Amino acid sequence: MSAIQEVVTEAPAVEAVPKRAMTLGNGTSLAMLALLIIVPLFVKNFIIFQLTMLLIYALAVLALNILTGGSGQFSLGQSAFYAVGAYTSAILMEHGNINYALTLPVAGIICFGFGFLFGQPALRLSGVYLALATFALATAMPQLLKLGVFEHWTGGVQGLVVTKPDAPFGLPMSQDMWLYYFTLAVTIAIYIFSVNLLQSRSGRAFMAIRDNEIAASAMGIDVALYKTLAFGVSAGITGVAGGLGAIAVQFVAPDGYTITLAISLFLGMVVGGVGWLPGSIVGSAFIIFVPNIAEGISKGLSGAVFGVLLFLVIFLVPHGARQVAIVAQQLIGKLKKN
Amino acid sequence: MELFTNQVLAGIATGAIYACMALAVVMIYQAIDHLNFAQGEMAMFSTFVCWQLMQWGVPYWGAFLITLVFSFAGGIAIERLLFKPLAKAPILTNVAGFIALYAIINSVAGLIWDFTIKQFPTPFGSSPFLGSQLISTHQAGMIGVTLLLLMLLFFFFRFTRMGLAMRAAASLPESARLVGINTSWMIALGWGMAAAIGAIAGMLIAPVVFLEPNMMLGVLIYGFAAAVLGGLTSPLGAVVGGFLVGVFENLVGTYIPGVGNELKLPIALALIVTVLVVKPAGLFGRPIVKRV
Repeated sequence: MSAIQEVVTEAPAVEAVPKRAMTLGNGTSLAMLALLIIVPLFVKNFIIFQLTMLLIYALAVLALNILTGGSGQFSLGQSAFYAVGAYTSAILMEHGNINYALTLPVAGIICFGFGFLFGQPALRLSGVYLALATFALATAMPQLLKLGVFEHWTGGVQGLVVTKPDAPFGLPMSQDMWLYYFTLAVTIAIYIFSVNLLQSRSGRAFMAIRDNEIAASAMGIDVALYKTLAFGVSAGITGVAGGLGAIAVQFVAPDGYTITLAISLFLGMVVGGVGWLPGSIVGSAFIIFVPNIAEGISKGLSGAVFGVLLFLVIFLVPHGARQVAIVAQQLIGKLKKN
Repeated sequence: MELFTNQVLAGIATGAIYACMALAVVMIYQAIDHLNFAQGEMAMFSTFVCWQLMQWGVPYWGAFLITLVFSFAGGIAIERLLFKPLAKAPILTNVAGFIALYAIINSVAGLIWDFTIKQFPTPFGSSPFLGSQLISTHQAGMIGVTLLLLMLLFFFFRFTRMGLAMRAAASLPESARLVGINTSWMIALGWGMAAAIGAIAGMLIAPVVFLEPNMMLGVLIYGFAAAVLGGLTSPLGAVVGGFLVGVFENLVGTYIPGVGNELKLPIALALIVTVLVVKPAGLFGRPIVKRV
């Protein structure tokens, strides 16, 4: 319409969260950890299974958080990485008879490579365009898994059944409880890795890119490398979560990894607070339990109830659980002064 | 060669659906700078309202007009009630809001009108158009309406004060406020217009895909793809993008062996991503220069 190009000065799409505000203090972390260790001892197997899924989705949300909250890139394609991780684990366990614990690093590495490669074309895209590209990946993945060429490995539409591991060394635990503690150990390891990553040189590079790409490159940051690296790390962690998910659910099938999963993970990130790593578990709880609660309130209108609850959350705390944490911290600070 | 022309024609016919939806998508993107994920559901709801009116005995064009007014008001109401309070919230929170709206509308429509598919009448008839079996008069009519809408939008944005004010509010809100434009209401107006265009799209699409609460899911994805391909800043681009996506999709399904109905969408999307990698602002979009 006009010959003059539009020039805009706009705030970055993702808020600048300082790296100290991305984690919890030591005391709170230890209390949280103690809670996660003790709770399963007192509840039924089905609830333990749900808690395991809670940790697994928390890992996947955490991965998205590193990508979006850390490096400022959107992704609606996390379900694709989750699917690749799940299938890697399942195929290795069922066709290769490899120990379940050993399949996870393989799933992580394969997904890292996949994410890193996907990050290459994604470099040229940002904002909605990147969202569309990752969205394409998410819609394509279930169809690719169904292809006849891979059917020997993937089991096609039928999927694969995975055997649940027993507790090792004759520990007196149910399979569910063992799997929970195993998942908890993996989650803690990855959480510590992520916190350290964000506080390292690479993490600072991610955040510099998130806040201002041009300034970051002027400071000598290899923007292309770190953007693809963020994709790779995020995909790798999602892949490990996918592998754990396959073991926990004991089943992989293409239709378990549709765009709905990617959207759930996105909602989990928003509810937990973008860029606040501990929020991942809050977000994960939201996407696991709130649909059930909605179903409980009204069967016919479960979608509407879910939507209303989601609106309530974002109206009350637009910055997610992070906002609650900040307010709580200020209150405690005031109490201490008095 | 005949197969090729036929497939292109059929592609243009489906492309008209996408073009219509893409217009609505671009419209709201102009006003609020986000893609509205609930756009398809809003259109679906409007279409159901129109269907309900006709069930009560209102003639087609009467129902059509009432639905337009209803959608326009509904779009403004949604903006005022739900999204104005979120204006200062982060973008991602807004996107979560769209997803919530999607879930609510879909579920409510399912409860009121249930999930069985319904026939929706067409004002254009469905006999073959100019002797061609591939394009019916309805599809030709749809293409006509899409092009007419495009013209109207072009004149609205180019030659009316209101259109100019909306453009100003979208591109530089602060300066627009300084010259006395009520930018907040311009956004609401954008929602209303987008809802009304979406309703037109819905009412034109319904005779082809049949009316049911999930009818817009696929259409919206293609509509987004078309809008992004054409460039989100350009209504003309959206329409051209819509036709291109329709033709792409059909040719891919015909000429690449082993591509069933299910792989059409991923391949069409992959093509679009390829185009975007070469031209990041879309085919007709203006590249936006950011001030450092």
